Amino acid sequence: MRYLPHTEQDIQEMLKKTGHTSLDDLFKTIPAQCQLKKELDLPEALTEWELDSHMEELASLNAAFPKQKIFIGAGSYPHYIPSLIPYIAGRSEFATAYTPYQPEISQGTLQGIYEFQTMITELLGTDVATASHYDCGTALAEALLIALKKKKKLNKIALSSLIHPHHRQIIKTYLDPRGCEIVDLPFKDDGTTDFSPLDAMDDIAGIAIQSPNFFGCIENLEQAKAIADSKKALFITSFTECLAYGLLKSPGKCGVDLVAGEGQSLGIPQSFGGPGLGILTSSKKYIRDLPGRYVGRTKDKNGETGFVLTLSTREQHIRREKAGSNICSNNGLNALTAGIYLAAAGKNGIRALAQLNHDKAVFLEKELHKAGFTTPFSQPFFNEFVVKAPKGFKEKRDAVKKNKGMVPGLALEKYYPLLKDHYLFCATEVFSKKDMETMVREVK
Amino acid sequence: MKEISELNLPEDIKYSKDHEWAKAEDDIVTIGINDYAQDQLGEIVFIEVPEVGDTLEKGDEFGTVESVKAVSEVYTPVSGEVVEVNESLEDAPENVNNSPYEDGWIIKIKAGDLSELDNLLDKTAYLKMLEG
Repeated sequence: MRYLPHTEQDIQEMLKKTGHTSLDDLFKTIPAQCQLKKELDLPEALTEWELDSHMEELASLNAAFPKQKIFIGAGSYPHYIPSLIPYIAGRSEFATAYTPYQPEISQGTLQGIYEFQTMITELLGTDVATASHYDCGTALAEALLIALKKKKKLNKIALSSLIHPHHRQIIKTYLDPRGCEIVDLPFKDDGTTDFSPLDAMDDIAGIAIQSPNFFGCIENLEQAKAIADSKKALFITSFTECLAYGLLKSPGKCGVDLVAGEGQSLGIPQSFGGPGLGILTSSKKYIRDLPGRYVGRTKDKNGETGFVLTLSTREQHIRREKAGSNICSNNGLNALTAGIYLAAAGKNGIRALAQLNHDKAVFLEKELHKAGFTTPFSQPFFNEFVVKAPKGFKEKRDAVKKNKGMVPGLALEKYYPLLKDHYLFCATEVFSKKDMETMVREVK
Repeated sequence: MKEISELNLPEDIKYSKDHEWAKAEDDIVTIGINDYAQDQLGEIVFIEVPEVGDTLEKGDEFGTVESVKAVSEVYTPVSGEVVEVNESLEDAPENVNNSPYEDGWIIKIKAGDLSELDNLLDKTAYLKMLEG
């Protein structure tokens, strides 16, 4: 995004237009005691090269991919971003000040969102996708609100304990004020969700699980769907690693009602954990319930193809007291980026990349086994997995973090107190065989 | 919009004050919106219906009718279980405009207590209410 400062001439032209003699004249409606009459307490301005080196210095304090090798996914994944992606996303056809309500000036952005929606539904096997949301956590909370709206008389939902802990927190924030009861589904020995607490319940509006789950394990969606059906509950799934569906059977094909997910893996930098890309998609049945908006393809009066905001839940405009949600924002720039990424990689590219991710993770797991790590969960994984570390790993990990610029895995004890000495590792296409061998050697 | 005298209000069905109609055959009650309601709403574009198997209490909202002008809730005049919904309305919501009592019915309820229908109005009483 460009920064365009005002020149003195710009300011004079604008003042002329607004009919003010000076900037002081423009601001005179602000009471005098509220006006700042002195310079801001800031250091002297730097030259461009001084500023550049200052920023370099600050940036070097961060542990960031790709300089540091961070073997962690857990909701945010290091992936390679081909240079064509920021180049295309930065083109002027996609520039828009805000939400593209005016199709006559926003065809680029609207087509970008339309293509994004289309490719997301192809990847996930669903019928419709919204124009995007903030991130997976908020999209998942919205999906649960839909379940509560559809099952008006019920106020209880079931959440897998293997949904990302941050997302569970977001859901709690959304649902607690409405007095909704959240049933926590524990996990089984194989690393997947245990549905047995539901056996004696028949008043559940929605059941949500994540797959691959927070342990990286792949859940059995068809089996879970059958359980949800037997409870007459909506079945909702989430995912934090979009690429997994380059290989796995899509949730749509498994009969999932609503799918929420994180699209950060699709060409979006990790930054400091955000902004991400919230994906929300479903079967056609819920087209009127999904919050936010859809972009559709249509014909203009000359018969030319054009793109336009086609539908948004009417409750967000004309019956707001009945709305299940009032979320209206979409992460347009990141949705566009993900669309470009998917289009650039193509169906075969996404599959090949997914296979590469899985192969690397399998290799890393084998290397860790050689170094005395064990695998506690038997269920297959995609590109991240849990291992139990041998004695003395914690100290070695701390040292490697400090001295070698590597972060070997995420300690799970903080999120799952019973899993002492358990670590979640991730490998993606960006880690070389040598990177993984070096890291394992250092912690051996 | 139609004059009151132009309204199509059959004799053999009952009317609610909220402009729904109901017709009982044994214990199955068919429910829709009447000619006055469809005429007031104008071109209907979407009808939200409950799921088969839902149980409703008399007076519960069972769906919404959206026209190009407005959205209205619809209420059931009788308690019971939803046994059928008119699925043709998903693709052809205009059936409610064109044929409110035949093709445009909305749901069928297996009624628990048919005497609840006694509170509804017949044609004469309903017309009287409209005329105010």
